[in-house]
Amino acid sequence: MNAEILGVVVTFLLSVALAVPLGRYIAKVFAGEKNSTDFMGPLERLIFRFCGIDPTKKMDWKSFLKALLTVNLVWLVYAFVMLLVQNRLPLNPDGNPGQTPDLAFNTAISFLVNCDLQHYSGETGVTYLTQLAVVTFLQFVSAATGIAALVGLLNAIREKTTNNIGNFWLFFIKSLTRILLPLCIIWAVFQVFNGTPASFAGKDTIVTLQGDTVNVSRGPAAGMIAIKHLGTNGGGWFGANSAHPLENPSYFTNMLQLIGQTLLPMAMIFAMGFYIRRKKLAWVIFGIMTIGMLCLLVPTVVSEVHGSPAIARLGVSQSTGAMEGKEVRFGPASTGYWSIITTIISTGSVNSMHDSSMPMSGLMQMLGMMINAFYGGCGVGILNYFIYIIIAVFISGLMVGRTPEFMGHKVEAREVKIAALVTLLSAFLIKAGAALAAYFVAHHPDMAWSVKPSGWLNNPGYHGFSEMLYEFTSSNANNGSGFEGLGDNNIFWNVSTGIVLILARFLPIIGPVAIAGILANKKYIPESAGTLKTDSLTFGAMTFAVILIINALSYFPALALGPLAEYFSM
Amino acid sequence: MKKYLLPSIKITVACLVLFAGIYPLLIAAVGKLAPGGGDGEKVMVNGKVVGYANIGQKFTADKYFWGRPSAVDYNAAGSGGSNKGPSNPDYLKTVQDRIDTFLVHNPGVEKNEIPAELVTASGSGLDPDISPEGAYVQITRVAAARKMPAAAVRQLVDASIRKPLLGMLGPSKVNVLKLNVALDKLK
Repeated sequence: MNAEILGVVVTFLLSVALAVPLGRYIAKVFAGEKNSTDFMGPLERLIFRFCGIDPTKKMDWKSFLKALLTVNLVWLVYAFVMLLVQNRLPLNPDGNPGQTPDLAFNTAISFLVNCDLQHYSGETGVTYLTQLAVVTFLQFVSAATGIAALVGLLNAIREKTTNNIGNFWLFFIKSLTRILLPLCIIWAVFQVFNGTPASFAGKDTIVTLQGDTVNVSRGPAAGMIAIKHLGTNGGGWFGANSAHPLENPSYFTNMLQLIGQTLLPMAMIFAMGFYIRRKKLAWVIFGIMTIGMLCLLVPTVVSEVHGSPAIARLGVSQSTGAMEGKEVRFGPASTGYWSIITTIISTGSVNSMHDSSMPMSGLMQMLGMMINAFYGGCGVGILNYFIYIIIAVFISGLMVGRTPEFMGHKVEAREVKIAALVTLLSAFLIKAGAALAAYFVAHHPDMAWSVKPSGWLNNPGYHGFSEMLYEFTSSNANNGSGFEGLGDNNIFWNVSTGIVLILARFLPIIGPVAIAGILANKKYIPESAGTLKTDSLTFGAMTFAVILIINALSYFPALALGPLAEYFSM
Repeated sequence: MKKYLLPSIKITVACLVLFAGIYPLLIAAVGKLAPGGGDGEKVMVNGKVVGYANIGQKFTADKYFWGRPSAVDYNAAGSGGSNKGPSNPDYLKTVQDRIDTFLVHNPGVEKNEIPAELVTASGSGLDPDISPEGAYVQITRVAAARKMPAAAVRQLVDASIRKPLLGMLGPSKVNVLKLNVALDKLK
């Protein structure tokens, strides 16, 4: 096996090996059992006392969601204002300007919802203050919001019958103090010792060996790079994200960041198994997700390592694979792996420019985001998978002619309606968005926006359509990566993707938590011989089939116009 | 929602102190102990900074090894790739031009000896590395421009190759700036 493939395999295995014990630890934290970070207790009590919050207060699913949504609304307003006036605030050594209202709207939402779509470049579009007090801050709290929502859902399915799903504030703060902060400190220290800047010094000017004068952007980046991966946020310090040699200086840091973004999504699956005392269910879900991941990964790595057929026709050697948009220190195999991990797990950080990926890889990246439940984002990955489970339970129930049940509760019309709406919403937002954008490009190319529709696309033909489709897919998946050639800093893209972002974040949180809350309120039916076993391999395969069918029906036509057409035309 | 508003504002303040204040300051303090002091690691020649170890530079002179094409012209005030799609005809024309330029400057080199990374732009526009093949294919040109024996340059290239992590994970590579600095020292 060559060193590049081995690198990918080792990275994946290390992620799993770390995720299992971390999962056990997370389950202990939220079950309130004794654990190794109890020294954080005094800090947590101090925070609760300062905020006037009683963390032992029980919440039903409605109060839980109200608390969640209120605090998110506060962050949205705060972030929007900060970005607008950042030029008048301190810690702006490079003298960067304030953001326009539409850009600030998009940026504030994008970080709030854990998406991190960036219609600006980190070097010029934000200041050190907003990088820390808006971007880094939101990266922490949005990840903790996702984890807290998942814990609420797990509480609902853990108990036989209950209307208490736990205290939102408690889960939120514990996610931060017990999980995200300790891990981020470890990851950030590794980053600084491997070449990532961490000081507050501004842009440097140097004369190169050959005598050119150039600038080098820097800043306190290491801490943000840790949370951007551990919190599956993805928004980078520098414009080129983790392709930038200061943001991701070596193959070692590349592995570190890959493990960092995979760690919590995987650990949350195992944590679920420990927490609701159904380890087998966790392993079946993990297995199905891994099979799904491999289906997307293998074609991607093969096509990137094999190189571009168009470049091959020009006669140069592609022994190092397809290298446009990639970095030598990572190589095509690990870059291909990253592009799949970052799209299935809603991270959206990139270590290559996805716009220049092979068409097959672009297809797989988009599919990863459309499905959005193979591992998935911090906490929310399982919420998305939960929706697929509910639909699979419903269809299986119809097939065997029994009332469908999940975890001892009858799944009835209301729950299935919510699940169906959440699924259909994705398909609607992605396709309606892409259609609207394509309409402007085709029929109103000269609209007087700061970038005219005729100037949006960086590539002609099928690939140009892919750029628009990818942007809405990424927004809907709260992913944040992009086919970055797209001219997206203008009112159309800032506003349209901003709206998609907010709908696609909160409805898929509200939906599953509501379903779980409603189910938990119902009478518990003990398991019998006739119960559908949701932790069996058969049911796992059933869920996988549901995922395939829903996504194929929803997206095949759109994908056929973009990456598939490009693939067959090359 | 009103009863959650005040706690929401207060918890926001608490989180800001922790994650936008204490956390980055802690990491910056640890960074002081790291190579480069958390400012980025620099490369010095005769006490003068000539660049950052991890940031690539533009080299066009025949006497230097060349790095990869860059969409930002190696000015690290910004960063980014070309974002050209693989089927874009204009892009393929650009690559063809780069191949032609390379062949003009490197007489005797065959097209199929040029590794793709020398004619395709990197993701960051600041890629500091090329593959060992990318360095080998330039040896004849560099040696001729410096009037040095090719064997001496080859030896230097061999010594500059950085092996995969732990000898087995990831690609081998050559840092172009460090190689050129070493070359200048040689003569």
